[in-house]
Amino acid sequence: MVKITFIDSGGTARTVEGEVGSTLMETAINNGVPGIEAECGGACACSTCHVYIEEAWREKVGTPSPMEEDMLDFAYGVQPNSRLSCQIKVSEDFEGLVVRTPDRQA
Amino acid sequence: MSETIKTDIVIIGAGPIGLFAVFELGLLDMKTHLIDILDKIGGQCAELYPEKPIYDIPGIPYTSAQGLVDALLLQIKPFNPQFHLNEMVEKVEKIGDPLFRVTTDQGKQFECKVVVIAAGGGSFQPKRPPIPGVEPYEGKSLFYSVRRMEQFRDKRILIVGGGDSALDWTLNLAPLAKKLTLIHRRSEFRAAPDSVNKMRALVDAGKIDLVFGQVTALHGDDGQLQKATVKTNDGAINQLECDALLPFFGLTMKLGPVANWGFELKNNELIPVETAAFETSVPGIFAIGDINWYPGKLKLILSGFHEGALMAQKAYHYCYPEKRLVFQYTTSSSNLQKKLGVAPQTAQPA
Repeated sequence: MVKITFIDSGGTARTVEGEVGSTLMETAINNGVPGIEAECGGACACSTCHVYIEEAWREKVGTPSPMEEDMLDFAYGVQPNSRLSCQIKVSEDFEGLVVRTPDRQA
Repeated sequence: MSETIKTDIVIIGAGPIGLFAVFELGLLDMKTHLIDILDKIGGQCAELYPEKPIYDIPGIPYTSAQGLVDALLLQIKPFNPQFHLNEMVEKVEKIGDPLFRVTTDQGKQFECKVVVIAAGGGSFQPKRPPIPGVEPYEGKSLFYSVRRMEQFRDKRILIVGGGDSALDWTLNLAPLAKKLTLIHRRSEFRAAPDSVNKMRALVDAGKIDLVFGQVTALHGDDGQLQKATVKTNDGAINQLECDALLPFFGLTMKLGPVANWGFELKNNELIPVETAAFETSVPGIFAIGDINWYPGKLKLILSGFHEGALMAQKAYHYCYPEKRLVFQYTTSSSNLQKKLGVAPQTAQPA
């Protein structure tokens, strides 16, 4: 388990336990973190689990695959640090990870 | 308005659960029409993730979502279900006991004894673009689809997106438009490479403009666009004059008109049902699959299959009130096997 903090668009931070090997999206859903919809259930098919990775974490979290980039076209307010949280596997290195959720998903 | 289609059952939604309901209803001699807003059969499985694997269908260790849809279509073929695609059910009215009138957004009408709502997460609708204040322009100068190309003749058009819809309409409308600008957030396109090449050729020939960036604001009066603010990827902010905007940001699921059919929804999105037949609070209207709710509900395809089987048992009594239903197995019933078109000659009743 690693501690992961989700900050919503209003600035409220929620720190939850993320299971290594699960996805960031699953971590949010399992812990009732608002702001992540995951309409397609994690199939990289809907772009409603969009998050912004905090600058300090971008390198560790990595860059989107071409398939994820394609889905990001459908997301709102895409920025260079945008990712789809269903495509991010939680690893041991993520202790203390901070991501932000956008003000809307769809 | 076209004439009313009379049938036993109207199924709203042609996803896997609606498809398997055809099988269970068909075994009990009920005729089905299915209505779906998508342009294809298969619901989310076909639209969102056709190539994704599914591992939890009993007896099928692995299939793709599209593979499951194809197999279901084969399974229900003997029952000749009728599909009405690209149509959204707008109204369900009770006109008898039990008799319902179902009306689609294309004006098509059905009369049926039973309505089965198998609408999954709701209806797929175009996503609103991520621009504040788009509502006043929708349907007036901002369109999510093109019904008539002529309306865009000699207009200054902005098209936003990088998929097939965006590229197809760029190519189709470029000859008509006074000026056409395609806006996409990055230099890679999801659309078919052939379309992308054709689009780039138009750009090179100076026939259309290509801008990498995002639309951030719209300006106009009474729903008529005059210009759009575009933030390009190099950070510049430009005002583009335009008469029409076509944003293609894919589809999202919305509950849609179901919300207005008088059910007391659970969490504003699910239709409560009882668990003997998955019937709603209105006798003769059933809800199966992801759209229903009951204590213990799991949103699994296999749960929806089970719900369809029990629904069919009760639906039978609405369609054939005088008849007694004898429970039979496909494995041993020559009667059922005949309906499936698999009965051995010797087993056929005289």
